[in-house]
Amino acid sequence: MKEVKIISSKSVVLPLDDIDTDQIIPARFLTTTSKEGLGKSLFNDWRFNSDGSLIKEFVLNQSISSGCEILVAGRNFGCGSSREHAPWALLDYGIKAVISTQIADIFFNNSLKNGFIPIRIDKDSHNWLLSNPGVKIIIDINELSVNIDGYKKLDFYMDPFSKYCLLNGIDQLGFIMKHESQIKKYEEMVDE
Amino acid sequence: MKTLFDKVWEKHIVVEETDDKPSIIYIDLHLVHEVTSPQAFNLLRQMNLKVRCPSKTLATMDHSIPTTPFASLKDLALVSDTPATRQLIQMEKNCHDFGIKLGGISSDERGICHVIGPELGATQPGKTIVCGDSHTSTHGAFGALAFGIGTTEVGHVFATQCMLQRRPKNLAINLNGSLQKGVGAKDIILKIIGSIGVDGGTGYAMEFRGNTIKSLSMEERMTICNMTIEAGARTGMIAPDDTTYEYLINRPQAPIGQKWEKALNSWKNLVGDNEAKFQKELSIEVSEIKPMVTFGTNPGMVISIDEAVPEPDKNDEAFIKALDYMQVTPGKPLSEKKVDVVFIGSCTNSRLNDLEAAASFLKGRKVNKNVRMLVVPGSQSIKSQAEKMGIDKIFKESGAEWREAGCSMCLAMNGDFVPPGKLSVSTSNRNFEGRQGGGARTVLASPLTAAASAVRGYVSDPRTLLK
Repeated sequence: MKEVKIISSKSVVLPLDDIDTDQIIPARFLTTTSKEGLGKSLFNDWRFNSDGSLIKEFVLNQSISSGCEILVAGRNFGCGSSREHAPWALLDYGIKAVISTQIADIFFNNSLKNGFIPIRIDKDSHNWLLSNPGVKIIIDINELSVNIDGYKKLDFYMDPFSKYCLLNGIDQLGFIMKHESQIKKYEEMVDE
Repeated sequence: MKTLFDKVWEKHIVVEETDDKPSIIYIDLHLVHEVTSPQAFNLLRQMNLKVRCPSKTLATMDHSIPTTPFASLKDLALVSDTPATRQLIQMEKNCHDFGIKLGGISSDERGICHVIGPELGATQPGKTIVCGDSHTSTHGAFGALAFGIGTTEVGHVFATQCMLQRRPKNLAINLNGSLQKGVGAKDIILKIIGSIGVDGGTGYAMEFRGNTIKSLSMEERMTICNMTIEAGARTGMIAPDDTTYEYLINRPQAPIGQKWEKALNSWKNLVGDNEAKFQKELSIEVSEIKPMVTFGTNPGMVISIDEAVPEPDKNDEAFIKALDYMQVTPGKPLSEKKVDVVFIGSCTNSRLNDLEAAASFLKGRKVNKNVRMLVVPGSQSIKSQAEKMGIDKIFKESGAEWREAGCSMCLAMNGDFVPPGKLSVSTSNRNFEGRQGGGARTVLASPLTAAASAVRGYVSDPRTLLK
């Protein structure tokens, strides 16, 4: 995993609650055996008509969204299927973080393991962000802060281990593998 | 004082969590399927690692496999050289290269991962079970701690048989009373999701308790635990009892002889202590539950079959969008909605009892001429048991299609799908936009409600039509 320290970008807003991973990337695009190239199918059924033409009204298809790396989404983003293709698709598309009041568990975990930053914030600040799309935001992983231009600087919670892995680009598999002797001991104990 | 969850969790701690670091938890059974594993196998190859415990790993092909019969993947590739087929071929190679047993395309043991684990007796009380699939909570019906994981974690479990986890909180759901005729396990779990919402369980492990649970079969318990993820919960669990042991005894991978006795003794301790603390608790009297149907685009948007679709709050953009997508009208019940497709299947409702329920309703009746009905057993073993009982004939005679096992139209990645704009009554677990095919509209329901809807051609209350 590449290290992640600062994300600085304008926001793009998808105000809907309960955006599930089937919307983020529909199942029919999961026949791949690679992590690459999923960005083109991100929000496929919201971005494209069935004939492949762009749905102009959808926010990601509008010029104001170009280059936006921070998504502000409604409550309970990423619910449903455990597909890790969801954070892969977001990252491949160029989105690096999501801010909401509630983010679904499995999506949350999958995101952190790929350097995609899920941030839970309070309702009032979230409401402010929903009503002010395109605002400049700086996310600082070291400080665990979200600095919102024209509003305020907020703190957010991330467990210290994920923070450490993100700042140092550490892969969690290596961490588990360092505990080989404990794993072996556990297996011997259980086998008895 | 410990909950059932606490007991299973604590037995599997390899390294205890601290403020700085999550726990390292040992995994007893890893279920693997073709869609969420290829990138994890790629990682093993890149890092020159092996699968640590092939004997604790059980692989199947379910998500992208066709439900028409093929003797081999070669035969399939001849008629369908698609990314889905290539994914299946890669799965065969991955399992071969890493020494994992695979229920391949022609295997009698093939089926949906959450159906075959229990069926083979690999799912057992007190085990930790993971799979790159959010419906892994199904196995919690046996008093196992089972949850869905992402592909990165699939790689962790392959390489180390362990994963990093933070301990969730405990949520108790007490179910008491007897169900009305025509109401089943699916209606109970839909009612629960409707009550607590699609994120009401986020951060929690749910435990289902009460006299209703005790009276349910293992298949019905699996239906309930299966959909706990639809309320956002990490997992759902039910304490094992005689029903559990009767289900498991003599299954191919269940312990035998003295080992069975020893296992049974340890399983009998898997009950939460009386004074164990739950951070949240909810009680439901099940005799009041009616057949449940979803009207929107997530499983929490659910009503009783005789209720009207609720009026939206005018600020609730997602709710308004859902009603518009579903083409349903606030104030009207769903019974006026014409049905195009009925799907009986998925890891929620594809077991023998589900097929029996639907078949008992269809016997001597015909599927409405405007409805396409697809019946997809959860495993090849269920398929052959049903065929021995003549259940397949009932379906075929009524006009339904009888298929090979797989996930099929639940998520529409194998070629079985609901056409755009069409309305499906489905026994699966998700009614998200496009879940059953681009533009498809899904009403989630029990096998009985689905069968009744197939006959009438409208979303229907099975209670009024029961013989």
